Amino acid sequence: MANTATDHAFVEFERVQKSYDGEILVVKDLNLSMPKGEFLTMLGPSGSGKTTCLMMLAGFETATHGEIKLGGKPINNIPPHKRGIGMVFQNYALFPHMTVAENLSFPLEVRKIGKSEREEKIMRALGMVQMQDFAGRRPAQLSGGQQQRIALSRALVFEPELVLMDEPLGALDKQLRETLQFEITRLAHNLGITTVYVTHDQTEALTMSDRVAVFDDGRIQQLAPPDQLYEEPENSFVAQFIGENNTLMGTVSKIAGDQCEVTLDDGEIIDAKPVNVTEVGQRTRVSIRPERVEMNKERLSPDAHTLKAEVLEFIYMGDIFRTRLRVAGNDDFVIKTRNAPDQVRLTPGTQIDIGWLPQDCRALDA
Amino acid sequence: MGLPPYATLGQRIWYYSFRVICGLIFFFLVAPIVVVMPLSFNAQDFFTFTPEMLRLDPEGYSLKHYRDFFTNPQWQLALKNSLIIAPLATIISVSLGTLAAIGLSQSHVPFKGTIMAILISPMIVPLIISATGMFFFYAQLGNWLEGTLGLDKGFVGYVKVVLAHAVLGIPFVIITVTATLVGFDHSLTRAAANMGAGPVTTFFRVQMPLILPGVISGGLFAFITSFDEVVVVLFVGSASQKTLPWQMFIGLREQISPTILAVATILVVISIALLTTVELLRRRSERLRGLSPG
Repeated sequence: MANTATDHAFVEFERVQKSYDGEILVVKDLNLSMPKGEFLTMLGPSGSGKTTCLMMLAGFETATHGEIKLGGKPINNIPPHKRGIGMVFQNYALFPHMTVAENLSFPLEVRKIGKSEREEKIMRALGMVQMQDFAGRRPAQLSGGQQQRIALSRALVFEPELVLMDEPLGALDKQLRETLQFEITRLAHNLGITTVYVTHDQTEALTMSDRVAVFDDGRIQQLAPPDQLYEEPENSFVAQFIGENNTLMGTVSKIAGDQCEVTLDDGEIIDAKPVNVTEVGQRTRVSIRPERVEMNKERLSPDAHTLKAEVLEFIYMGDIFRTRLRVAGNDDFVIKTRNAPDQVRLTPGTQIDIGWLPQDCRALDA
Repeated sequence: MGLPPYATLGQRIWYYSFRVICGLIFFFLVAPIVVVMPLSFNAQDFFTFTPEMLRLDPEGYSLKHYRDFFTNPQWQLALKNSLIIAPLATIISVSLGTLAAIGLSQSHVPFKGTIMAILISPMIVPLIISATGMFFFYAQLGNWLEGTLGLDKGFVGYVKVVLAHAVLGIPFVIITVTATLVGFDHSLTRAAANMGAGPVTTFFRVQMPLILPGVISGGLFAFITSFDEVVVVLFVGSASQKTLPWQMFIGLREQISPTILAVATILVVISIALLTTVELLRRRSERLRGLSPG
């Protein structure tokens, strides 16, 4: 986690803490630095402190301790209306008594921008979300997806350098969500806006972001690009939270460089990559992705350890097969295989051998 | 919605008796007001229906009591006072009541329930008790204003009555505005702040238009309270601040003139007109908020 403050950092959190009641810290020692133009997602379960961080950045909450900087300047003492940050709210927060055009005009009028320039900016902002034809409508006459498009263009109309989004797609159906995910990322990148996006949906986080900050218990558990987050989780929380994951409990029995052996609780031995373990005898939770489990022995190295597994359930999902196994006493061990012409369809009760490349199996904290 | 074909005898009886009960309730509410109206056109100086009136003889009817109301200087003074005091008291009630309701809707206010109860109390405490208290309080205040600040006696009289009426009107405004604030989405004020609007702009451009229906109906109640009020005026005001209800009350006691009935009719008409206007305004603003289909 490279959290050191750099010269080109645009948004910075420095040792930020937040407590609502003076006793329990909702945000504990947050350090984060974002370069200009980055799309960063704060991902985490509810109550993990991600929304509080966003609200502190917007100015609706004050940090109990620490400093938040925007463009190198501390903003702790600047009220929300002087920060010049755009924001998209979860419930859209469109003004119901104003038309779409009046809603977009509001931030411009507050900034005392002339009428002709205002109209030009409004039409341009509506054009970005293909909503020019709706300028005269009221929010109540629009569908959820249309309202969210308007909320988005309202946050962009005054050309802020930083835009915050608080679960903006939470209330929409799946298909609309996917369309808007694409639209938001496209807009953010085309306009070069720095974006902080809060969500509890890991798919959204993985598909949209340049970097994802996984929050839990008031701390950033891992801050990394999506692929690194998925393939190289740094602790068992991140491994569990992002994507599907198989876990086995065991004890480190041999460790050498970037490879180790783990003795599972039922006595079997597997190969793994030590991530959070440093010495023999430590308890560990090993984590392996369902699609990285190998059933074909020929693809593994000759001296690789394999495990006996019993097929419990076979689920046909179209593009993939999802097979549930009993491995080392764990009944919820899942493997995923691609629906290729030569792929075997396992029947329940079959005994098979499974294995994996050592680097795909990560020995994490217990 | 009529009776379904499978209704039992008991249901049928209840169906009709329910309508009769509703009709009776309506009758009891409206009859005392309606009966006043024809009497105000009485050609005689009595409070009774004369034989001519019952025969619908045009001779039995006249507009003389209305003429009396519009020409008699006593009544005209009362009308003028009512039209000065009620709007001023309403403006004060609406401004203070709205601010109080907004303040009390914030989550961080301590002793919210207690403050609310105190502000609402003029509505709950028997009027005669409030009026007695106000009599002593405003007498002191009046003396101070006249003695120390050297203000005009007549002016101080108006100040006293306006303030007393404003206090009576505030609870209505607080209650109606609080009710509209329940449905107010506070992320709207955050959104406004986020877009660069200061607290004052946010209040007038975002919050106020949305709670306007509550403010208007609260204001209407406050206005009617002041316009109808007789007890507090009698205690706090003096003869030069007499309002319409005061004059009616005095009139009933001293000379039973049907002019009172004419005034009552005029007041009823004004009330109906006010209610209708406000209801139309409220519907319009609700339509603007997009709450009901335009």
